[in-house]
Amino acid sequence: MFYRESGDFKKTYQKDSQTFPIKFDRWRYYFVMLVAFVVVPMFLTDYIANAVMIPFLVWAIAALGLNILVGYTGQLSLGTGGFMAVGAYATYKLMTAFPGMDMVSVILLSGLITAVVGALFGLPSLRIKGFYLAVATLAAQFFLVWLLNKVPWFYNYSASGQISAPQREMFGVIITGPHATPVAGYLFCLGFAVGLAWIARNLTRGRLGRSWMAIRDMDIAAEIIGVNPLTAKLSAFAVSSFFVGISGSLFFSVYLGAAEVTEAFGISVSFSVLFMIIIGGLGSIFGSFIGAAFMVLMPVLLKNVLVGAMGWPTDLAAHFEYIIVGGLILIFLIIEPHGLAQMARVLKEKLRLWPFPH
Amino acid sequence: MSADFLYTIEVILNGLMAGVMYSLVALGFVLIFKASGIFNYAQGVMALFAALTLVGIQTGQVPFSHLINAIFGTNVHHFGWQVPTLLAIALTIGVMVVFAIIVERYILHHLVNQEPIILFMATIGLAYFMEGFGDIMWGSDIKTLDVGLPSGGSLWLEEYTLGWAAEGEQYYGMYLDKLDMVASLVAIVLVVSLTIFSQYTTTGRALRAVADDHQAALSVGISLRTIWVIVWSIAGFVALVAGIMWGAKSGVQFSLSLIALKALPVLMLGGFTSIPGAIIGGLIIGVGEKLFEYAIGPMIGGATENWFAYVLALMFLVFRPQGLFGEKIIERV
Repeated sequence: MFYRESGDFKKTYQKDSQTFPIKFDRWRYYFVMLVAFVVVPMFLTDYIANAVMIPFLVWAIAALGLNILVGYTGQLSLGTGGFMAVGAYATYKLMTAFPGMDMVSVILLSGLITAVVGALFGLPSLRIKGFYLAVATLAAQFFLVWLLNKVPWFYNYSASGQISAPQREMFGVIITGPHATPVAGYLFCLGFAVGLAWIARNLTRGRLGRSWMAIRDMDIAAEIIGVNPLTAKLSAFAVSSFFVGISGSLFFSVYLGAAEVTEAFGISVSFSVLFMIIIGGLGSIFGSFIGAAFMVLMPVLLKNVLVGAMGWPTDLAAHFEYIIVGGLILIFLIIEPHGLAQMARVLKEKLRLWPFPH
Repeated sequence: MSADFLYTIEVILNGLMAGVMYSLVALGFVLIFKASGIFNYAQGVMALFAALTLVGIQTGQVPFSHLINAIFGTNVHHFGWQVPTLLAIALTIGVMVVFAIIVERYILHHLVNQEPIILFMATIGLAYFMEGFGDIMWGSDIKTLDVGLPSGGSLWLEEYTLGWAAEGEQYYGMYLDKLDMVASLVAIVLVVSLTIFSQYTTTGRALRAVADDHQAALSVGISLRTIWVIVWSIAGFVALVAGIMWGAKSGVQFSLSLIALKALPVLMLGGFTSIPGAIIGGLIIGVGEKLFEYAIGPMIGGATENWFAYVLALMFLVFRPQGLFGEKIIERV
């Protein structure tokens, strides 16, 4: 019924290698884009935008970045929080030092700065592998947070040690600062999320992505067939940090508005992004989005159900959240170690043949 | 002797003691990694859980009282009795064994033959689960753990060392925590008994066999499942010891689970597979971070203890990727 390829003849190589070769998929993609860019902003309330949609997009970008590193290149990293902090502080410094700069360049530049930092911390990955590397990336997490907290230049010598985003406009609409309209923030983040997902998708289909996957599957074998581990690993760290930096930058400027580094970018951030890609699916673009949606929606839902509907105290609900997150991770790993994306893939295969069993 | 020199010695001694505390946690990691190849992130939370359970049993708390109160609107919190310390410890060990059986039965058993990264993620999930579970079971307030361990500084040592400084210098004697000294003794006993256990008992040999080669061990009739339960029980016991020591030092609270993160660089230095490595790695990290904080910390803003261990381990690993005592990593295509 769905996902039929028959009758859909590809007459050029370009058509044959497009991202969504199946017509149904392609139309669904256009439909989702239409809903996200046109329909959602029309009905978006401020609460939904601030509590659900903006964090979802921001975390989805971070998950995309981490997925490139962990899912596609196989380099386990626990430094996501630290790199997000670099992105956020870079944005703050750029916004305050060059008030005239438009937000898109500020955020892209922050991403680039984070990419440089990320590549630097990726250097040990050439020697250290597996869990040793995971622990080594913790050095990035703790060192960067400490550095941003201890050197007053990074937060412009403010007395509270906090950074707060000044007001900026794009096309006459305020997108950052206390008077920002949530819908504008949503569209701004959405633009970045879609653009970055498009880049990630095409990178992972191309030569670079294939060299990453070769490194992931077996780095020595990859080296023997001519993949340069230096460029492959460092580029993965750089691209991943670029994404994570942009996510941190949006997290600070559009979502939070004001941030304190040890609170907003602690080790728990690193773990929660890691959970997103495990639950969503390692090595899957779609998985990064669905994992982020899951981890953003679940606490909101739990809070509404446990505290709102059942009247439990908030601390008890918070503990339950821990149990449920932990339990879900275990259940997912046991049932489907490849995450929600794999479930979607299986469903797709089933739908292709439906209503016939074979 | 000059006062500066004495201060340095004091810093080194305190570093050694802190290192012992890290080693206690690292030991549990090594045990599980050796026997099952699982990098058990939940070790720190196990220490927290064990300490919470010990305090809970000792003071006669009603388990899940918070939850019961929220659902039924009652107000129960304590049974109103005190359990003797030794009995409470024995009961806690029982709880940890039950925990080991549950972990093996419902988690590890389903994840046999998965990649190490999947198993690692599973232990992170387990850590989150236990954290929430422990809080719901025993409440999340900070508890004091009193099992009769001495606390405070050693006055005897302070008075004894008072006369060591050169004439005319201000010096108040060396400060060492009594609890740290006890912890060091306990750690020594623990390591010696673990070594004896793994070298001279049948079970210990079986453990080592499984660590060497799962399939070969299976083929000579060693039950993997039993061994895993035993290993996780021992790790639970080590977690209890670590939990008691840390709990007596700084109270039983959530931050206890973060010592797992502190144990990671210790492991990297020592190598994931070596018990002596865990101890020596702990000592190096402990001394290194205290000395660094003492000598260089004030110049660059302090609080260097947060990251120094990781950076030290990172630089060290670049030169020796398998750690000090780890088995040489041989890679084949």
